[in-house]
Amino acid sequence: MKLGLVIDLDTCVGCHACAVACKQWNTSGTTGPLSDYQPYGEEPSGVWFNRIRHYEVGDYPTNKTINAPMSCMHCDDAACVTVCPTGASYKREEDGIVLVDQSKCMGCNLCSWACPYGARELDEEAGVMKKCTLCVDRIYDENLPEEERKPACVLTCPSHARFFGDFDDPQSEVSSLVRERGGYAMMPELGYQPVNKYLPPRQRPKAPTVAAKQSEDSGGLIAKWLKRQKDAFNQLGEG
Amino acid sequence: MHPALSVIFFTVTSGAGYGLLLLLGSARLSGIAPEISSNQTLFAGIVGLVLVTLGLLSSTLHLANPKNAWRSFARFKTSWLSREAVFAILFYPICLVWLAVVWAVGNSTLSLVLGLFVAVMSIVILVCTAMIYASLKTIRQWNNPLTTVNFILLGLLLGSLILLLMLHQQNIVVSRLIVISVFLISLSALTKIIYFVWIGQPAGPTINTALGFTRATVRILDVGHSSDTFLNKEFGYEVARARLIWLRCLCVLLAFVVPAFLVSGVIGEVGFIHLIAAAFSAYVGVFVERWLFFAEARHVVNLYHGRQQT
Ligand code: SF4
Ligand code: SF4
Repeated sequence: MKLGLVIDLDTCVGCHACAVACKQWNTSGTTGPLSDYQPYGEEPSGVWFNRIRHYEVGDYPTNKTINAPMSCMHCDDAACVTVCPTGASYKREEDGIVLVDQSKCMGCNLCSWACPYGARELDEEAGVMKKCTLCVDRIYDENLPEEERKPACVLTCPSHARFFGDFDDPQSEVSSLVRERGGYAMMPELGYQPVNKYLPPRQRPKAPTVAAKQSEDSGGLIAKWLKRQKDAFNQLGEG
Repeated sequence: MHPALSVIFFTVTSGAGYGLLLLLGSARLSGIAPEISSNQTLFAGIVGLVLVTLGLLSSTLHLANPKNAWRSFARFKTSWLSREAVFAILFYPICLVWLAVVWAVGNSTLSLVLGLFVAVMSIVILVCTAMIYASLKTIRQWNNPLTTVNFILLGLLLGSLILLLMLHQQNIVVSRLIVISVFLISLSALTKIIYFVWIGQPAGPTINTALGFTRATVRILDVGHSSDTFLNKEFGYEVARARLIWLRCLCVLLAFVVPAFLVSGVIGEVGFIHLIAAAFSAYVGVFVERWLFFAEARHVVNLYHGRQQT
């Protein structure tokens, strides 16, 4: 099994609900708490497993806002694991989830230096490294109804932009989405082979611009009348 | 990268210690100081060990959870940090046995062989320390062979100047060691300047490959957090351009130019004052060098925070 996420950059609205759900679930989960530093102070800060950043892609008038949620990609070639001296960081054979054993970590930060995706954060209060667990403490929980055995971020996403599943299974939802929508990995050139994939924005027909509309309006009276008749006729045909 | 003083002190001071022990261990065989007596070896060896130990102690200050430091021997197979830790610990008994033999038996074949062993261990540890940084693909300023070359050369450079100072004090002819020091100074200055020029060339991932939009411009609109995060504090460090140039000049001046003039005898006959000033100046210069090594390193995660390239 190779478990991971697919994130749809086309439908993500950048609401940060996934990050909040993640924090809520994981702060009382296996690697909790996700410490906060001065939560009600001047500069509130703390540990998050999932962060959303907002970008502008392209130049006006063909620009677009892209919201990019990022968490651990559970890389196939995870340097965060190989650099770890204590053996606290490991990648599970059975499902590919990358985890930190809190009882072994010495807080040297080296794994966070090795991670290109900013997925690891040191909990300054606990002195150990923390990261996304892919909600390992709920996806296998048989006390939960089957449809709830998914990471908290996937369940909560209001625009249904996140998918969870097994990339080793070609029939899974995540595999087909990647196939059909051209899912890709971020920063592939570093060779970490991240498992999580991103779906690019869909190609949509261009919205009519003012200039295009004007040219449509121009033309003689007869031409306009003919066009109206033609449109009406076509609509009749559609019934 | 955030330049943490504990790590800078560790790499510079331990590096100087290993450099010193490398030269000392091979001193009789390589002809650096063939007539060195056993007491003089003992003294210099203890100075080397003190430097190494101070550095290693300082490195534990960097750990957020030092009570688990002993676990760092676990991943010898894959982790350079683990290898460094294992070799650094193995180094102590070997070095102490060598010094004990030197003290008890004096200059003998056994002490010669053990000394060589200490020299080899020193260079292995210097390589391991450098590889902790050089193996990170996420930081292109580190991920290159010059990192290792610089770590070894600068360790040797500091070691040679400290050894020079001690041997001179004990009235040993140091003319050969002076030649070696000047050679080390020139070589490390050359590689460091190549390094400065080389890291100025744009290379590596860009904000486009980071996000997968390679056929359009990408700009950050909002980083998504209102105050500093772990990622900002650890990786977001930036040095102003003017300050950078100033510090690079200071580093080259103190680490290479000043010691070169002082030990080569250009300014008066080489005496105690010259040698102590050279060692001190080089130490401060290499400290600045190591600070820059961290401060100039740009982690790829900065691309997600809006940097166009690293
Ligand atoms: S993934 Fe879903 S919850 Fe997260 S920012 Fe996008 S829309 Fe919001
Ligand atoms: S995203 Fe970072 S922390 Fe997660 S597996 Fe990859 S390298 Fe490791």
